[in-house]
Amino acid sequence: MTCLPSQPSPKRLGLVIDLDVCVGCHACVVNCKEWNTGGYGAALSDQHPYGADVSGAWLNRVHSYEVTPLDLLMGASAGGEVAAEVGPARLVHFPKSCLHCEDAPCVTVCPTGASYKRTEDGIVLVDEDKCIGCGLCAWACPYGAREMDLAAGVMKKCTLCIDRIYNESLEEEDRVPACVRTCPTNARHFGDFADPASNVSVMVAERGGVDLMPEQGTRPVNKYLPPRERKMLGATPLESVEGATGFFGWLDKMLDRY
Amino acid sequence: MHPARSIIVFTVLSGLGYGLAFVLGARLLNPTDVATHLAFVVALALISAGLLASTFHLRNPQRAWRALSQWRSSWLSREGVMAILTFVPLIWVGGATFFAQTATVQEFYPDGYPFWGSLLLQMGAAVTVLCTSMIYTQLRSVDAWHTWLTPACFLAFSLAGGLLLASIFAFLSHNPVASLLAGLAMAANLLAWALKCFWRLRMKSLSPTSTPESATQLGRLGKVRQFEPPHMTGNYLTNEMMFRVGRKHGNALFAIAVFFGAALPGVLLPLASMAVSYDSYGAGLILSVLALACHLVGVFTERWLFFAEARHAVSSFYGS
Repeated sequence: MTCLPSQPSPKRLGLVIDLDVCVGCHACVVNCKEWNTGGYGAALSDQHPYGADVSGAWLNRVHSYEVTPLDLLMGASAGGEVAAEVGPARLVHFPKSCLHCEDAPCVTVCPTGASYKRTEDGIVLVDEDKCIGCGLCAWACPYGAREMDLAAGVMKKCTLCIDRIYNESLEEEDRVPACVRTCPTNARHFGDFADPASNVSVMVAERGGVDLMPEQGTRPVNKYLPPRERKMLGATPLESVEGATGFFGWLDKMLDRY
Repeated sequence: MHPARSIIVFTVLSGLGYGLAFVLGARLLNPTDVATHLAFVVALALISAGLLASTFHLRNPQRAWRALSQWRSSWLSREGVMAILTFVPLIWVGGATFFAQTATVQEFYPDGYPFWGSLLLQMGAAVTVLCTSMIYTQLRSVDAWHTWLTPACFLAFSLAGGLLLASIFAFLSHNPVASLLAGLAMAANLLAWALKCFWRLRMKSLSPTSTPESATQLGRLGKVRQFEPPHMTGNYLTNEMMFRVGRKHGNALFAIAVFFGAALPGVLLPLASMAVSYDSYGAGLILSVLALACHLVGVFTERWLFFAEARHAVSSFYGS
């Protein structure tokens, strides 16, 4: 049924991605691919996997962005134009998978009912037996969370490892999504956002977790913790002595006079 | 967006077919003429060809029947349901005209057309084209499409094509209403292209709803630039949502579309309309067929550009 659930679900399961910690190792990408290929369900296919023109379906991908700090004051006075770039650029690694939105546009556009949002925990899934591969859900998703598996001809997306989180045959610590389990830097967290005392809710409150593309109106459940503000190594030129106190402050003032 | 041939063929042919069906439902053509019967067959053929073309876009078409189930939430499903429902009045009205001279039909429909059936046919055709256009309009992720101008353009092009086609059948049967139809076709065509120009002006002047800064929420730190894509080669998203060629030659292609779609028919159709007053239906037929060919070139080009020039929000994650 591709109508969204009429009431919010009692549990809102999702992920918190800590952009301050992610090192871009792609372990989550690989583990997700492996679990969804070697575990339960049909394999995530690759096309020309051993050739030059390799491509394939991945449910979780890590982008890398270079963020250059701007002098915001200068930018404002120059009418919003980029007047100067101040400070060294920062590299932020950005894992992105389905955000299991509250107002998921991919669910309502589906003509067959293959795309649905679970009423018990809010996970958005694809029923691969019903999917006709029209691709409209991928067009509707602004985040690019949905990809066509070209071999199977159906749309695939992050399942929040629904075949792991409720799986009694796994050890307790393994009952989290594959990407969360494998992250070596603890950049990914899984929990229930409907519970204000859960690990994810606490993290979001403390670090100011944000929605991606809030202007699209999708109300994503997954939250991203922004990189912390840091004083960058190259921000202060080597010749600067600002902040010198005591003897060296006095020495600086004396020598400036002469 | 990747302009899939099957989708372009589907929207153009079905739009044309439903446009013709709408005009036929206006009961302007003589129900006993062979050309009118041919018109109903052509409308049916165009709609069927369009719907068949749309199934080539599916990777699992054997389950396509399921696409009729989610009409409560999905415009694509609504379009499928309306397309099938509209076949009923189309066959009913068309069938009545085939037997218009028989006593049974004369008894029920003295002027050869079922009145309510014709009305249902018009409503069905219009609503189906509207549903088709809403599939694209509803997508907030594509700024260019998310405007009332999108369904306005689809409906206007469908009507213009339908009037043009109907005038051809009127010329074929030496029906003086061909003059009116050709004149209306010209007006509808100009309206359609005017709406299209407004649509394109809006698209060109849009500032994107989503940017790399809003997509990553890293705008608070500074200017965001893609350093490295998630994988070296392309993927389904870059192939499907980020199409390059259309934008490079977009302006030139649109100029070509306007020339063939608006300018040429703007000359041919008034001439065709005037041919009726000189009783030269042959000349009128040739002129209107030429106008149709030009209209098709224009519509196929603008439909291709509709997809090729549209920016999808996901490109914000890929640095553009």
